[in-house]
This record gives sequence, C-alpha cells and structure tokens, in this order.
Amino acid sequence: MTFILFFEQLLNGMQFGIMLFLMSAGLTLIFGVMGLINLAHGSFYMIGAFCAALIAGLTGSFWLALLASLIGAAIAGVLIEIIIIRRLYRRDHLDQVLATFALILLLSEGVRWIFGAFPLYLNIPNILNGSIPLFFDIIYSKYRLFIILIGFLIAAGLYLLITKTRLGIRIRAGQNDRQMISALGVDISKLYTIVFAIGAGLAGLAGAMIGAIQSVEVGMGEPILILAFVVIVIGGIGSIKGAFIGSILVGVTDTIGRVFLPNFLKIFMESANATSMGSSIGSMLIYILMALILIMKPSGLFGKN
Amino acid sequence: MKNLTTTLAALVIMSASSVFADGHKVKVGMITTLSGGGSGLGIDVRDGFMLAVKDNKNITVITKDDQRKPDIAVQLADKMIQSDKVDVLTGIIWSNLAMAVVPATVNQGKFYLSPNAGPSKLAGKGCHKNYFNVAWQNDNLHEAAGGYANSAGFKNSFILAPNYPAGKDALTGYKRFFKGKLAGEVYTKLGQKDYAAEIAQIRASGADSVFFFLPGGMGIGFMKQFSQSGIKLPVVGPAFSFDQGILKAVGDAALGVKNTSQWSKDINNAANKKFVSEFQKEFGRLPSLYASQGYDTGKLLISAMSKAKIKDMDKFRNELRKADFSSTRGKFSFDKNHHPIQDIYVREVIKEGKTLTNKIVSVGLKDHSNVYVSECNM
Repeated sequence: MTFILFFEQLLNGMQFGIMLFLMSAGLTLIFGVMGLINLAHGSFYMIGAFCAALIAGLTGSFWLALLASLIGAAIAGVLIEIIIIRRLYRRDHLDQVLATFALILLLSEGVRWIFGAFPLYLNIPNILNGSIPLFFDIIYSKYRLFIILIGFLIAAGLYLLITKTRLGIRIRAGQNDRQMISALGVDISKLYTIVFAIGAGLAGLAGAMIGAIQSVEVGMGEPILILAFVVIVIGGIGSIKGAFIGSILVGVTDTIGRVFLPNFLKIFMESANATSMGSSIGSMLIYILMALILIMKPSGLFGKN
Repeated sequence: MKNLTTTLAALVIMSASSVFADGHKVKVGMITTLSGGGSGLGIDVRDGFMLAVKDNKNITVITKDDQRKPDIAVQLADKMIQSDKVDVLTGIIWSNLAMAVVPATVNQGKFYLSPNAGPSKLAGKGCHKNYFNVAWQNDNLHEAAGGYANSAGFKNSFILAPNYPAGKDALTGYKRFFKGKLAGEVYTKLGQKDYAAEIAQIRASGADSVFFFLPGGMGIGFMKQFSQSGIKLPVVGPAFSFDQGILKAVGDAALGVKNTSQWSKDINNAANKKFVSEFQKEFGRLPSLYASQGYDTGKLLISAMSKAKIKDMDKFRNELRKADFSSTRGKFSFDKNHHPIQDIYVREVIKEGKTLTNKIVSVGLKDHSNVYVSECNM
C-alpha cells in the first residue's frame, strides 16, 4: 500500500520534473548562449497554452492544438527577439531584468485584452483520458505518462541537436566564446533568434500540455518560471544536462516532500498542526535543496567552474 | 424686491444643494483583484457592484487592482483613505488581503463592506462596528457542505484546502457539521494547480467522498485531474469551484457535482430575476455568486444612503445594520457581528443547452448564521 503510493508519487514527481525541464531547457540555453536573463519566459508558456486553447476550440483537435502551441510560441519568440530582446544582449543584467519584467506585464495584459480574464477550456483527447494499470496494482494516468514520454523524447532530441548537428556545435561555441564565433563568420544574430525560438517553443509546448490538465489563464506562467530558475541554478547555468537532472530532482523533492512530510510530522504532533506545518515546510524543501547544493557546488551541479 | 426674492431663492437652492451634495454623496473605494490569477472573481464583484449603483448619481467609485497581493492592497487602501478621502471601502476577494486591510480601515473611521472575504478573525474577537460582511462568514458554505455530506450518507471524507486563512476556515467549517470520520486532511499550497500528489493520496486513503475548497483557477485543475484519474467518488464543495466563470473551463468533469451556495441564478424572487437579466444584458454573460455579492453590497449601500447621511456615522451604521434592501438571495439580515443570516442552498451542476450552470436541489441550512457571534463584543 505505502509502496504503491510512494511509487505513484515518484511518477508524479517525474512528470512535474519533466514539465519543469521543458521550461528550464529554453531558459538555460538562452542564458548560456546569449547571457540573457529572460523573466518573460513564463509568458511563452502562457502564449503556448492560449494558442492551443484557441486552436482546440476552432478545430476540436488536441494534436493540432499541441502543434499550434509549439509554433505559436516560437513565432512569438522570434518576433519578440527581433523587436525587443536583441537590444538587450549588450546591456547589463539589471536592464535585462527590467525590460523582460515589463514584457511580462505587456504580454499578460495583451492576452487578457484578447481572451478575457476568465480561464479558457482545453481538455485532453479521449485516447489519453483515464488511467492504465502498470505493475504491482499501480494505476497511473495515461496523460501524465504521455507527458513523461514526450519529455524524454525532447530531452533526447535536444541532446542529439547539441552534440551531433552543426547548429549544436554553434550553440556550444556560442556558450564558450561569443566574440570568437562571430569573428569566425557565423551569423550570430540568426543563431540567437533560433535559440530564442527553440526556448520559447518548448515553453509553449509545456504550457499547452499542462494547460490541458490545469487551467489556461492569464498569469499561469509566473509560478513555473520561479521554479525553472531554481532548476537552472541547481543544474548549473547554461547546461542542458544540468537542467534535466535539476528538473527531475526538484520535481521529485517537491512532490515527495509535500506528501510525506505532513505524515512524518504526525508521528510527533497532532494531526491538524502536522498537516499545516508539513505542507508549509514541504513548499520550502526545494529552496533548502537549492541552498545545500549551492553550498557544495557554488556554480550548480554541471556549471562551468 | 423681486430681485431679492430670486437671490434668496437662489441662495436657498444653492445651500440646499450643497447640503445635499455634502450629505448624500458617498465616495466608494473599491480594491479588488483585476489582474493575474483569480481576476475573474474581482471582475465579477466589480461588475455586480457597478450594476447596482449604475443609476445612482450620488455614488462615485474609485476602482483599483490589488493584484492579489496584500502589500499592494494596503498601499491602495492608505491612498484611498488619505488622499482620495473615500467614505466606504469594499471589494477585497481574498481573506489574507482582507486581514491586512480591514482592521486599519475601520479603525480610521471608515466603513468597510465586504463583498466576499469573511475570515473568522473578523467575525469573532476582531469584529468591528464599521465592518459589515455582505457575503458570508468563510465557514458558512463549508458548514452546509458538511451538513449535506451527512444527509448524503457519507461516512469517511477526504478533505483538502489551500494553506491560508480561508482554507483553514473551510476545513474547520466542514468538520463542524460533518459527523463521519476523516480519511485524510490535506493543506495544499495557495495557487497550486497540479493535484496529482493529492489525488494519489485520495486513491490510497479508502475515502467514500471528497470535500474540497479550491477557489478560482485552483479548482479547475483539481476537477479535471480528478475526473481523469478514474476515481469514482462523490465530490462535494462550496460554490467557489463551480461558479459561472469557472464551469466553462472545467467542462463536463463538473457535471452532477453538488456544491453549496448562498446564491443561485434560479432563486425565485423579483430582485434576483431583475439582477440576472440586467447583468446578462449589460455584460453579455451569466452572473456568478461573486457578481451577486457585489450587487447586494451596492444595494445595501444605497439603502442606507436613502435614510441617513454618511457623515452621521452612527445613524448610517444603524441603517446598514437593518439591511433594508431586496437581496438577490431573498431573505437577508445581519447578525450581531454584522455577518449575514441567510439560507445556504445545495446546488447541482447541470447543462442548460450547451451551457454548464447550477440549479438548486435543496436548502442545506436555513437561516444560517455563524458560530463566532458569541465571541464578538460589539
């Protein structure tokens, strides 16, 4: 019984981690390659979800909606990179934070202006509805398994992209030495736009996949953004591998802590207090984890020096 | 002579109108959540209130967005009281914001009419003569849910709510009326959207029913994920996760769920019919319970204004206390701690054509007040 619950929570933690990975992969790439702190990354998550809800409403197809979220958010990313972000690369981090924070406000208000303040409807396709039995009587949601699968596919895809392709070589070169790569004749501004679009597209896809089981509403990206920053700090800024391991670590710690800490505290104190205190401490756990990792490895698990 | 009379007449009229202007005009400061998560609630309260006071020339309303942040709400309240010189504050949705704003407001000699939040602290020891709650005490709808759970024969409930003042009031309220055992009790993070972990606990707990209080967008995620999990347990909750603004986003997962509310669009009285049709005409959507609360708040204010001047605070307060207005809920009065005595209904989510909405199935608690009255020394 407890083992089943534990394993199910482990899967839940994985799924949460995978979703964080889709967010933080883009964030860490953008920071690693362009040196840009992009607070507006959560807005692409929201844009993806709204694109998906729009297309699902028009066509009734969840798969088209997923595609639309990826493409819609990537297009928004390209436009925003060309119009605004491009001017920020040479500025210091404070300017970047201010400008991208302003972007959050603009994009949120813009989306509300178009779609209204009430949450939109987006649901999962029938084929993924319900649960399937795994082993040992464990029953798990098909849709969450699907998210985990997609996440692993994308992680593998990103790994291949970065290690095996010409674009990947350029991205790695860009992370190491921005001036040198442009001196070698690589069109750096095009590379930046592509990286930004990949990051935005992945965030948009995450928004649509999660929007289908949560809610599609204005401001949905910001809580995730904070966790994504925790992930890239833990994983080491600029490292995709770090983002992957960091995401899973944060996802599992958060889920397991939230569930088992209140139960653990019940051994020492009365039920109502234990529940309330356990969930309070549970929500701090990932930050404690981050602090511990930074004490041991100040530049994160896979960070450069 | 003729000149003198006209001058005198003019003077009389002028002084009369200036007295009229001074005494009968009321400036209202509305602080509510208009952006970010949960803005649907604030927008409904605002729209309901504005609809109620639309034709009243003596009321001016300043509306500001608190972004669901206590610090911003406090700043706005200070500014409205000190530089805008408002007479009445209203609008706050969230209990943690109300706790930050209301005590300071009423201590500075302003009225606060709450269209939503009703934390237990402000109903009991922290009650104040200038504070009126036009919606409910936080526990109320949950108490009715607990009562309903008994009558539905539930014996073993799993209960969950967010970890903030209203969430604690919710579980306390349910437990106060529910006679069965608890299979589990969980506090979630405020603003949490993913409930996989909690749903797994529900599955493992052996509960025969689930009670949840997850207002705004939080409930959408829970209902969808719960229905996808394949757990076939009856769900009961307060109306906050099944109001008109949210049902559309939840979809068919909400069909058949029983929820408790002090208001429903099918309550049969003239005031409610007028409110529902005017709201639909004005805003092009069905009203929610939040909108009805905003509307009643506006009507309560107007009823007191027609009998007393706001500067005469004692008289004005007495008029407020009488609650002499036709509420959309039908019978409505204030208890000694200025919280409502009203019927709480059990509603069921149904489909009207293609629109998901609620219909009343029974009266959960009749003429229900709250347990904090005795703690209030007023």
